[in-house]
Amino acid sequence: MSALLDVRGIGKRFRGLLAVDNVSFAVARGSIFAVIGPNGAGKTTLFNIIAGAIAPDRGSIFFDGAPIDGLPPDQVCRRGIGRTFQLVRPFPALSVEDNVIVGAMLHHHELAAARAHAHQLLRQLDLFDRRGQIASTLTLPDRKRLEVARALATRPKLLLLDEVMAGLRPVETDRMVLILRNLSRETGLTILLIEHVMQAVMALAARVLVLHHGAVIAEGPPAAVVREPTVVHSYLGAEAV
Amino acid sequence: MMLQRALAGAPPRALVLLALVLSALVAAPWASNDYLLTVLITILYFAYVGQAWNVMMGFAGQLSLGHAIYVGLGGYAAAAIYVYLGLAPWIGMIAAIAIAALCGAVIGFLAFRFRVAGVYFAILTIAFAEFARIGFDHLQWLGGSAGFFLPVANYARNDVWNLRGSPTMFYYLMLVLTVAAFVLCHLLLKSRIGYYWQAIREDEEAARSLGIDTFRCKMIAVAISAGMTAVAGVFFAFYYNNLFPEQVFHISRSIELILGPIIGGIGTLFGPILGAFLLTGLSETMQNLLAASGLDLPGAKQVIYGVCLLAVVVMLPDGVWPWLATRIGVSRKQP
Repeated sequence: MSALLDVRGIGKRFRGLLAVDNVSFAVARGSIFAVIGPNGAGKTTLFNIIAGAIAPDRGSIFFDGAPIDGLPPDQVCRRGIGRTFQLVRPFPALSVEDNVIVGAMLHHHELAAARAHAHQLLRQLDLFDRRGQIASTLTLPDRKRLEVARALATRPKLLLLDEVMAGLRPVETDRMVLILRNLSRETGLTILLIEHVMQAVMALAARVLVLHHGAVIAEGPPAAVVREPTVVHSYLGAEAV
Repeated sequence: MMLQRALAGAPPRALVLLALVLSALVAAPWASNDYLLTVLITILYFAYVGQAWNVMMGFAGQLSLGHAIYVGLGGYAAAAIYVYLGLAPWIGMIAAIAIAALCGAVIGFLAFRFRVAGVYFAILTIAFAEFARIGFDHLQWLGGSAGFFLPVANYARNDVWNLRGSPTMFYYLMLVLTVAAFVLCHLLLKSRIGYYWQAIREDEEAARSLGIDTFRCKMIAVAISAGMTAVAGVFFAFYYNNLFPEQVFHISRSIELILGPIIGGIGTLFGPILGAFLLTGLSETMQNLLAASGLDLPGAKQVIYGVCLLAVVVMLPDGVWPWLATRIGVSRKQP
């Protein structure tokens, strides 16, 4: 079976800094794939390139068999890629429900249908009881889940999650892991996540890619990757062994 | 059906109040003298253009400080068509809307295509209004700086088709227009484009990540707002029967028409209407009080007016309507 997302030789330079250096990987349909690496490794840049927020200098990206590199973010979303932001950015003055309705409007022209779809997602993300609340009044964990719900409302085939666990307490992390695992299992959703929380990566990802200074230094199943000496040395630290 | 949908979810108390206010407005001409009627027409005019401006700023978050350009273009277009082609203003209105929407689209295209945003966008809108002011000053076939005049005569009866008639006729037309704009804005806000505008206003990048073509949505906002404003320009021209570039396109006109929604509540449907009542009411009341007091204080009106504006902006930064709605218990209940 062909991969849902196929990244080939992507490179991006910001003036003197080579942020992403010849990165290639493939994400299989229905799988959960994680990208890890120290701060400044180029994870978010890579992520923004896939989402269309930044155009790559070189390389190509195929999604569902068609090239998407260089497309603007709205068209990338229409092809079936939903995303969250590292620093959460729900629409602050809108209610929780309206935030998700905005996403659901991509496929529903009628407000009633979009609202019904939004309600279903809010239940899945444990936010249904807060649906009338203004988004800016939510706590960080709630805002993170709201962003996931909003992105899911566009009915993506691939969900890009940028450090969705960062800043969460362990209990909240477990809750998010459970939600994501259920989503993947029940709907066949493919997930690509950038993550620092290794506990979540180990629990969720079938494959892990490790970036360092913009380049891939390891790729494989999480249990194998964390034992590779280069990874231990550059990212996890010697004490992790 | 449409009305039913428009009213769905509104608290009963709000509907009763709305019905009362509307009845009062319908009955107003019987209870007012000529002066009061003129004031009411002014109020409705500002309520309407404020609503139109609000589509761009309140809904889509695009600050226009040059909305007088659309009033002027609308007025001049319909007046010229009436004078030179002999066509009724309702036909001229179609051209007026088209010209203003096109002008808005040009400004929008330049700004949104080349990422001119925020204050720079606002400056661009001022620049265009100034171009128009200076340009129309030199358009001799439209009167230039000496003004463009519509033929005035005594009309035995109201001619709605040609917009010739008594202030009462203009009052009811403005009332219909204001109600129509309110309903239109309500429906827009509850539609897909309304949700998309609010998303863009809140966070454009996040909006794009949800598949929203932000360029297209912003263009639609500018075109609708400009077209709506041009309709007010048509009524302005036929009500006053004269157009001077120095007056209609002047930046003070643009500022004047955005004060209502700012005071009333940007992005709300009742804000522009409430703001128009408060500001015009305040301004006229002060004028009369100062005149009645017999004090000769030049500029006192402007000073008091400014202080009142300042007080509202400082104490109720979201505008009067959100505060008032909570006070009288008509804000939508949060589930």
